[in-house]
Amino acid sequence: MGKKLQAAVPAEKKIGNLIAVVLIAALYVLLYLLDNVLPVNSTTTMLIPVLQKGAIYALVCVSMNLLNGFTGLFSLGQAGFMLIGAYSYAIFAIPAEQHEAVYQYFEGGAIQFSIPQVLGNVLGESGGAFLGAIICLMIGGVVAAVFAALIGIPVLRLKSDYLAIATLGFAEIIRALFMWNGLGRITNGSNLLRKYTSFANMRFQVGGTVIKLDTIFPFLIAMLGILTIVLLVNSSYGRAFKSIRDDEIAAEAMGINLFKHKMLSFVISSFFAGVGGALLAMFQTTVQANFFRSTMTYEILLIVVIGGIGSISGSCIGAFLYIACSEWWLRFLDSGALPIPFVGGEIPVPFFRDGFRKVVLSVVIMVIVLFFSRGIMGDKELSFSGLIRKIRGKKEAKAAAQAAAGEEDAQ
Amino acid sequence: MSELILSIQDLQVNYGGIEAVKGISFDVPEGEIVTLIGANGAGKSSTLRAISGLVKPKSGKILFKGEDITGKNPTEIVSRGITLVPEGRRIFPDLTVKENLRVGAYLRKDDLTEDLEWVYNLFPRLREREWQEGGTLSGGEQQMLAVGRALMSRPKVMMMDEPSLGLAPLIVREIFRIIEEVNKKGVTILLIEQNANMALKTAHMGYVMETGRITLSGPGKELLVNESVKAAYLGT
Repeated sequence: MGKKLQAAVPAEKKIGNLIAVVLIAALYVLLYLLDNVLPVNSTTTMLIPVLQKGAIYALVCVSMNLLNGFTGLFSLGQAGFMLIGAYSYAIFAIPAEQHEAVYQYFEGGAIQFSIPQVLGNVLGESGGAFLGAIICLMIGGVVAAVFAALIGIPVLRLKSDYLAIATLGFAEIIRALFMWNGLGRITNGSNLLRKYTSFANMRFQVGGTVIKLDTIFPFLIAMLGILTIVLLVNSSYGRAFKSIRDDEIAAEAMGINLFKHKMLSFVISSFFAGVGGALLAMFQTTVQANFFRSTMTYEILLIVVIGGIGSISGSCIGAFLYIACSEWWLRFLDSGALPIPFVGGEIPVPFFRDGFRKVVLSVVIMVIVLFFSRGIMGDKELSFSGLIRKIRGKKEAKAAAQAAAGEEDAQ
Repeated sequence: MSELILSIQDLQVNYGGIEAVKGISFDVPEGEIVTLIGANGAGKSSTLRAISGLVKPKSGKILFKGEDITGKNPTEIVSRGITLVPEGRRIFPDLTVKENLRVGAYLRKDDLTEDLEWVYNLFPRLREREWQEGGTLSGGEQQMLAVGRALMSRPKVMMMDEPSLGLAPLIVREIFRIIEEVNKKGVTILLIEQNANMALKTAHMGYVMETGRITLSGPGKELLVNESVKAAYLGT
């Protein structure tokens, strides 16, 4: 039995991976059709931004899950690292001629160049915008990772709740620091950063045709990030992370250097939080430190818990569901009236007013936590190879049952 | 007398101000089974933790094949070939059996197929449960997994902390049979036990520890018939 299973697994995995790749490609095609073919009405104008923000949150949630779910480090610094990523991105992506306007209170700022423009001189405007944006996203991730490495040295020696408090404190300090006027020539103090390269710039003119990447861009980056984390989790490093989560002393006895691996997980998680923050900055087209409050970390933690701690697919599903609920599906609860589906028109409901959406959302979350105490996915993953194995297992069981019944009949 | 693989010289270990080990010396010859027996709190586990690098000794020397390894970190010590089967098994409950075994070989970068096969042949039960999560195994299976995991690092010395703890007598006998089998493959074994009877029967050499000191030593079979050992640990 054992040997048979062993031989069967790789083939199923291959088919499963193939199905996943085909499905992802199909989703991209669908997205492209939605974006270009669908008529513009209130539904479609909501759909694309909600999906985009969902993809960005999925990346950030998966990065938090790497730390909290796979390495067992309870960190609440996510918003801080996102802020660092968002600012690092925006600062290097504001066009030179816009500095005067953006940094109007700080003599035009200290940095007087823009990476997309510098590259644009060589590659043309759209090529520069695309490559420049990617380089700036990387800068956002790297700066967040460097900060993580620096604060990780003292903070990662702490255990459980103490680590959470320390990282939460770090995020708040970072927010205050970025709003400090002393750094205003770089961070623009408490004013907005704006006019930098955003999704709208992701269009290419090749010959006569325009290649539009503005809708797909965040999905591409988020997918690459999540894929990297999936590969990491399934590598020998991932096994080391999980063993640290399960039992630190035993992991240490196996020769795993605890501090080194915790640091690695912390730095990688922060890198992707930084990239996620930068994507969020692109999505919003303006960015301000006050936006990255600890509530944002709690929101992300909530998605991770609802999706399932230690499940990457859970975090992704949770992110899309949560963003769709909070930004779109439950919006009507704040509008004062209940829209009638298909027919049109609306019935006024007196208690549907500002804030009621949050009440309903809280109830929904409580119901999920009560009935799915380990999250939607638990610590399982959505996998096609697993699905195939399950279907095949059922078929085999059925066949075995029929064979047994047949034997009985014969007797 | 074969060569000494481990030599402990005047080892002292402190735990938060308490002297757990008060200057002990003993030798482990290569290829043998050596046991430390003693009551709770005698300092046996602290001795093993000091050798494996999990705690830093206060003073004294630990020599591995004549080289001083005192105070080195666990990564260094495991990669030199000393591995610990911790007390209470401490397998990784959310990792599968196979993943547990692969974490045991974490510091090795070479091919593991042969070693996996060896461990599965030693413990056929583990092969059957290869894809099961460690936490779903029974106590005896978990102990087998803990031993298998330790063997995956290809140790020269395997230190075992109370392998019989909380296991049924039949399973304890099975575990000791495996200890002897592993030993025959050339792995030196340093065993800590409260089950003095089983340990002394299996071991070539035994040491009795009491409140941080070694009070008696001798070949296992001799200690088994020693009057004071009998009175204190064998209950006869």
